[in-house]
Amino acid sequence: MPAPVILVENLVKRYGPGPAAVDGIGFRIERGTTAALLGGNGAGKTTTLAILLGLLLPSSGRVAVFGEDIVRHRYRVLPRMNFSSPYVDLPHRLTVRQNLEIYARLYGIGRRRARIAQLAEELQIAPFLDRPAGRLSSGQKTRVALAKALLNEPELLLLDEPTASLDPDSGDWARGYLEQYRARAGATILLASHNMAEVERLCSVVMMMKAGQIVDRGSPDELIRRYGRTNLEEVFLHIVRDKHAALEPVP
Amino acid sequence: MRRGRAGSRRALRRFGERAFSPARVWAMLLRYLYILKSSWPRTVELLYWPTLQMMIWGFMSQFLRHNSSYIAQAFGVLLAAVMLWDLLFRSQLGLSMSFLEEMWSRNLGQLFVTPLRPYEWVLSLLAMSVVRTTIGVLPAMLLAIPLYHYSIFGMGFALIAFLAVLMAMGWALGLAICGGILRHGMGAEGLAWTVIFALAPLSCVYYPITILPHWLRPVAWALPSTHVFEGMRAVLFQHVFRWDYFLGAIALDLVFLAIGTAIFGWAFYDARRRGALLQMGE
Repeated sequence: MPAPVILVENLVKRYGPGPAAVDGIGFRIERGTTAALLGGNGAGKTTTLAILLGLLLPSSGRVAVFGEDIVRHRYRVLPRMNFSSPYVDLPHRLTVRQNLEIYARLYGIGRRRARIAQLAEELQIAPFLDRPAGRLSSGQKTRVALAKALLNEPELLLLDEPTASLDPDSGDWARGYLEQYRARAGATILLASHNMAEVERLCSVVMMMKAGQIVDRGSPDELIRRYGRTNLEEVFLHIVRDKHAALEPVP
Repeated sequence: MRRGRAGSRRALRRFGERAFSPARVWAMLLRYLYILKSSWPRTVELLYWPTLQMMIWGFMSQFLRHNSSYIAQAFGVLLAAVMLWDLLFRSQLGLSMSFLEEMWSRNLGQLFVTPLRPYEWVLSLLAMSVVRTTIGVLPAMLLAIPLYHYSIFGMGFALIAFLAVLMAMGWALGLAICGGILRHGMGAEGLAWTVIFALAPLSCVYYPITILPHWLRPVAWALPSTHVFEGMRAVLFQHVFRWDYFLGAIALDLVFLAIGTAIFGWAFYDARRRGALLQMGE
């Protein structure tokens, strides 16, 4: 059995004396999978992503990415992964091209111009490559953030709200692009999202989080059947609003 | 095609695993240069205060030359002092400002998911401090020559020694201040502009250390800058380079740099523990 791309065991993160932000979760994600962490605000999704990126140190537990301990050997895996979030900006006064060039250099990408031109064409950001990042619309920013996340052709892509701020047409296009990218590059994608339609379309594995715990998991179809609902949004609402859902975490 | 991609991925992995890469330092420096280039008012601002200060103290020196035996002995003592003090301030501020650019743009979360190491980032901040300080202080130094017929470059080797000590002290303070901002957030950004001025009275920039009360002198001697300004007066009044001051200043610089680096390193670790790298910003 091949090693999973992500392996999380008994992960706990406490920020202070209160309840844990992430409370003993565990999961594994196999190569080529698109998985989602779903949950309400404060459920622990972003904390989990930050730990997987090595930006946040866990209180206890084990996190291995590509078989490497992310706390001890993050630099062995960072070149193989990337990340995009609408909540982390690119410097506003630099142009889009300058921003992408800097990140390309940080990843050690050869033929930077060609790579940026390729991504600009694929993600339709060419018309504003020379515009300062601070003067982009939020939809344009999301596409630029995606371009930055794909610079190093990551084998693992972590996405926080990947299509936030995109209009329905652009959002649909971006989801199609991510599906193509995963298939073409053999990549693994883990996303945190509030967009249930997006998760239904993209993900084969969904982990429902509440109060720092994974309270249920499965494919979108399995979850919809298990809860007797018609779509994932209804499942989400049921879990978020059900007081007992967090008390019975699944193994 | 697949082989090409595999080869390219291997190259990226090797690059990312390298513990130190000048290319990553250069990437960050380039970033700060782009930021500087993007706004000419900011570049003018770098020149503005050092030049203004130099002009005020230059005219003051011209006045005092005929009214003060102290200035009459060495006309440049106030001008050299103000320029060297500005160099210390600018080296600290140059480092802190580049750091603050990352805070203002909420960009740390993006930077530290790349293979960039914290010490590579710090090296780029130091390099940018040199660039900003040069842009700020060099024109004032050059302008003093036609305006007051005074060239600080006349100090020769001593000037190089003083510059090196003051730059290093500015970096040490800058690292400690950046550590404070990392720990306490943007509410502490005022530290970047204020901390250094608390050291000015004790650095004896414009007066000899003998003016200070006896009990305060050991505290003043604990600053590398005090050794520099005493050394500067020795060069200008007695025309001797005091190696004892210089070596003392280097030793203190090493202590200051060790403390500054430790504070920054601890604050960075603590930011990873608290999740501040992802959240920090305006």
